[in-house]
Amino acid sequence: MTLQTRDRRLGWGLVAPALVWTALFFVLPFLGMVALSFARMEERAVVPAFDPGNYTRILTDPVMLQALLNSLQITLIVTVISVLLAYPLAAIIAFRIPRQWQRLALLLAVLPFWTSYVVRSYSWLLVLGQNGVLNKTLGLVGLGPLEIAASRAATVTGFVHFFVMLLTLTIYANLIQLSPNYARAAADLGANRWQVFAHVILPLTLPGVVTGAFLTFVLGIGDYITPQILGGGNELTLPQLIMLQLGRSGNFPLASALSVVLMAVVTLAYFACAKWLRLDRV
Amino acid sequence: MARFASVSVLALLTASPALSQELNALVWCDHTDPALVQPFEEKHGIKVNLKEYEGTAAGLAILEQSQPGDWDVLVIDAVDVGRAVEGGHLAEIAPDQLATADFFPELVMAENNMVGGKTYAVTEKFGYNTIAYDKTKVDPADMADMATLTSGKYDGRIAIYDYYLPVLGLVALGQGVATKDITADTLATLKDPLFKLKAASKQVSDVVSAQTALATGEVDIMIGGGEWVTAVLAADNPNLDWTIPKQGGLRWAQSIGVVAGSTQPDMALEFVKYITSPEGQARLATSSCYWGMPANAKAGDVLTPEQKAILRWDEQAEFLKRAQLYPIPDAALDTAMQDMWTEMLQQ
Repeated sequence: MTLQTRDRRLGWGLVAPALVWTALFFVLPFLGMVALSFARMEERAVVPAFDPGNYTRILTDPVMLQALLNSLQITLIVTVISVLLAYPLAAIIAFRIPRQWQRLALLLAVLPFWTSYVVRSYSWLLVLGQNGVLNKTLGLVGLGPLEIAASRAATVTGFVHFFVMLLTLTIYANLIQLSPNYARAAADLGANRWQVFAHVILPLTLPGVVTGAFLTFVLGIGDYITPQILGGGNELTLPQLIMLQLGRSGNFPLASALSVVLMAVVTLAYFACAKWLRLDRV
Repeated sequence: MARFASVSVLALLTASPALSQELNALVWCDHTDPALVQPFEEKHGIKVNLKEYEGTAAGLAILEQSQPGDWDVLVIDAVDVGRAVEGGHLAEIAPDQLATADFFPELVMAENNMVGGKTYAVTEKFGYNTIAYDKTKVDPADMADMATLTSGKYDGRIAIYDYYLPVLGLVALGQGVATKDITADTLATLKDPLFKLKAASKQVSDVVSAQTALATGEVDIMIGGGEWVTAVLAADNPNLDWTIPKQGGLRWAQSIGVVAGSTQPDMALEFVKYITSPEGQARLATSSCYWGMPANAKAGDVLTPEQKAILRWDEQAEFLKRAQLYPIPDAALDTAMQDMWTEMLQQ
């Protein structure tokens, strides 16, 4: 046996557990879900079939299309706002806070992660409500009240609160790796602060930004809890529609088809970002 | 080494009598209150494992995906007992084992708990899906008429309970359609009033969100609410009240039965008997998850006067007269009702 063959076998041996795990717990269930998505419901029972009816319904039923559109709109809004808030926060931690305090600053930034996701969402209800903390504070200065609770704005707020933390970490990890010499060299060549940021720092940190944005998109578009608690049932997103099929209708084929569509959307997002994605930067 | 492993496995297997001392129950959240289950566990030296579910479809799906013997007890919407029996999920119970003679007569519900002359479940708790409100924020006289809700006076101050059966039932009553008369044809006439109600509402929410909204003043009225919403908040928020409007309200009821294929049907039946005993009923009625009237009238001897006042015990005769049961749709009508509900949510 040559050294090369032995190395190759050793390599396969090392990755085999991960491959088996992925095959058993991702590929097989996924194929099962795809197969189920072509089944039919008859008298509340799942009937095995090869019927594309569920997909036809998703693509033609205005309620389902609207759910897809709502999911895309909310997730894109959340991703953009989160990036815009997280980048300066990460930059402040990386460049303005002394090195020895950066860990503490990051810890404070991720503190909200320590509370339950569900509890955090219900807490936002109390903050954003008509008699909540926000409106009471606005009332003290003669403003408001704002009608935010039970709306898309509340859903976006809850999401942004969560994802800014995530993005801050991924962007900070990129910023901290940048040598200050890049900025100094650009400045020596006559670039002002904005030019240094736009032409040097931003392009170099783009992979981290895109990676964080992609994770935000994936986690946001598949999230059920936040729109369910904060949205007030005033519009449906794709995960909510899937849960309605599972928990209420028992329509597993339609739920599977909707889940396949959700995965297709995530896959498309992946290909759109693939050029910049650097998961090793997370 | 292999011998040691074999002995260890054998020891684990022979330790399995501990497993036979466990009862597995598929329940609603009110059964998860330790104050309810602990006395039974202590008396019988058994551990009751409780799994919550929401919605009959989810409960039946869990049973269908389980092996016989996985579950011993099932709590289910009384109107859906027939569905569970049809699916072969419930075992027959000898009627003489049940204390239904002590029940409120309307709550025996033989037409729901019996199939083909055989008893498969027993009613354990009931209440009303009607209109809950903050009496300091709305005129209680307005709540006596469902038409007021869409008159414009309370726009943006209403939460709708996110469960299609009771709310569509209420909308039907508002249109003069009895819940048992909801068909594909009459359902079509409910779309417009349902959508008008949605337009007048601030939110469509699950139990916790709706309770939070009512308790914090985010909304002042909850359609589909009743004592099960206001009772647990009574101590902190005595202004919350509920009524059955002149058009009527809906009566919800939950039943409990022994799961077919249970490996310990006798112990499962003991649990059913405990839950429907006066003591079990009083604990279930005042569960920390939600309150509701006990089906067994003898629970009145165990409940305190304060608890009975919150449950409005003395008014039950009048309430029972004015409340109708949930609609019991067939598969096609159920799908049509859910589609209409989903469309309403997307408005």
